[in-house]
Amino acid sequence: MRTIVFCAALVLAPLLGHAQDPNAGRNLAASCAMCHGTDGRATGAFEPLAGMRADDMVRKLKEFRDDKRPATVMHQIAKGYTERQMELIAAYFAAQKR
Amino acid sequence: MRSRFSRRDFLKFSAASAALAAAGCATPSKARVVVVGGGYGGATAAKYLRMWDPAIEVVMVERSDVFTSCPMSNLVLGGTRRIEEVRRRYDGLRAFGVQTVFDEATAVDPAKKIVRLARGGDLAYDRLILSPGIDFQFGEIRGYEEAMRAGRVLHAWTAGAQTIELRRQLEQMRDGGVCVISIPLVPYRCPPGPYERACQIASYFKKAKPRSKVLVLDANPDVTSKTGLFKRAWEDLYKGILEYRGSARAVSVEKPGIVSLEVEDVKADVLNVVPPQRAGEIAIRAGVADAGGRWCNVDWRTMESRAVKGIHVLGDATLSAPGMPKSGSMANQHAKICAAAIVALVNGQSPDPDPKIVNTCYSFVSDTEVIRVSSVHQWDATQNTLVPVKGAGGLSAARNELENRYAWAWANAIWEDMGLRG
Repeated sequence: MRTIVFCAALVLAPLLGHAQDPNAGRNLAASCAMCHGTDGRATGAFEPLAGMRADDMVRKLKEFRDDKRPATVMHQIAKGYTERQMELIAAYFAAQKR
Repeated sequence: MRSRFSRRDFLKFSAASAALAAAGCATPSKARVVVVGGGYGGATAAKYLRMWDPAIEVVMVERSDVFTSCPMSNLVLGGTRRIEEVRRRYDGLRAFGVQTVFDEATAVDPAKKIVRLARGGDLAYDRLILSPGIDFQFGEIRGYEEAMRAGRVLHAWTAGAQTIELRRQLEQMRDGGVCVISIPLVPYRCPPGPYERACQIASYFKKAKPRSKVLVLDANPDVTSKTGLFKRAWEDLYKGILEYRGSARAVSVEKPGIVSLEVEDVKADVLNVVPPQRAGEIAIRAGVADAGGRWCNVDWRTMESRAVKGIHVLGDATLSAPGMPKSGSMANQHAKICAAAIVALVNGQSPDPDPKIVNTCYSFVSDTEVIRVSSVHQWDATQNTLVPVKGAGGLSAARNELENRYAWAWANAIWEDMGLRG
């Protein structure tokens, strides 16, 4: 029995991935900064993300992913993220001051 | 532009040294990270380290006290922008508590964990980040260095003095002249860069010197990035002005006004020959250029060298992961993987086991129209590297003016994300 539990842990550990890293949301969100500004505080043509409601952001990202929202690039980038990753990113930006 | 020694710099350096010494005894930090190189990788890493853990001391060593961006610098050649518009200052980094030392790192002792500076003095580190960009393999093209010293050939592949000089030569060239752009085999810095440059110079000729020609001599068999979009732009916009030849590798620039290929000589009025490249010299001296003595193998979860512990390598100097371009965007993203990993390690935690990063790269095919490529890269445990996410990323549908606006928004955002100021 102990062996089985141990093996299960080994199998599951890699799958948990980001769920295990306390900074997963911050790390994923950092990618967005090169266009949307550090911590999402955009000053240019890109949409500011800091302080955006998390459910709004997840909805938008899914619409981009599903080609249901006009985009130049976000429809291509959103397809690279799982729903869980979108939620982590959205939670991080929601917590940032505008 | 490099390694100027002035009294002002010296005082700054002394002040930095004093600050380092003071920091060493008065306010012990968790760790000292030295960053060599203040480009897209190094500056971003320095800022994010301080942002994510202000108890880490960060010293950034950079040769130049002004940042000149390679991305957007082709517009200076096209004549629609001035070099000042792609330059930024490092003051913003100091606001994050990054200590900047404007000097050249000349050696690394990985055993003693020390970086040696050109003006004398050593910097001790707990972790070292090398983001040195590229240096050139001038020896691969006969006569290159001599021709470059004589001003007969330019690479303009690190932005700055050579960009300005290439623009000057283009302006002085007679109408009816030929500008050759010679491209090395992949991998080289900025895959679409040479083709964007061809567009920019052709755009200038079309307006100012319509009898002139741009001849692109590519060592690669075909255009290496945004292929269809570039070829479409050449066909639509620069027919009769821009000529492209694949599998045309430059081997010599010994004869004035001529670039020699393997089988023929090509005459030109302006010679822009981009030599093959390798990791910046300091990476080789530090012993981290373990991929053929040319590029640096890294663990993509931490950006730590696979050859030397305690040294992380960012940006163009890395042996690129599959499908990953040597771009400013990627260096910025490498820096964040690295900063997160170092913060975790310094605090006794495990680095993020599953990094994911994004590339976005805009190219100007005329004075107004832009094309773009993007990709998402994630950790793959079976391949032990970052790989492009299937089904994500892609190209602009067609060249367009909307992405011109976004290209500039990207540039301004990423420069600010690096901690730079206008």
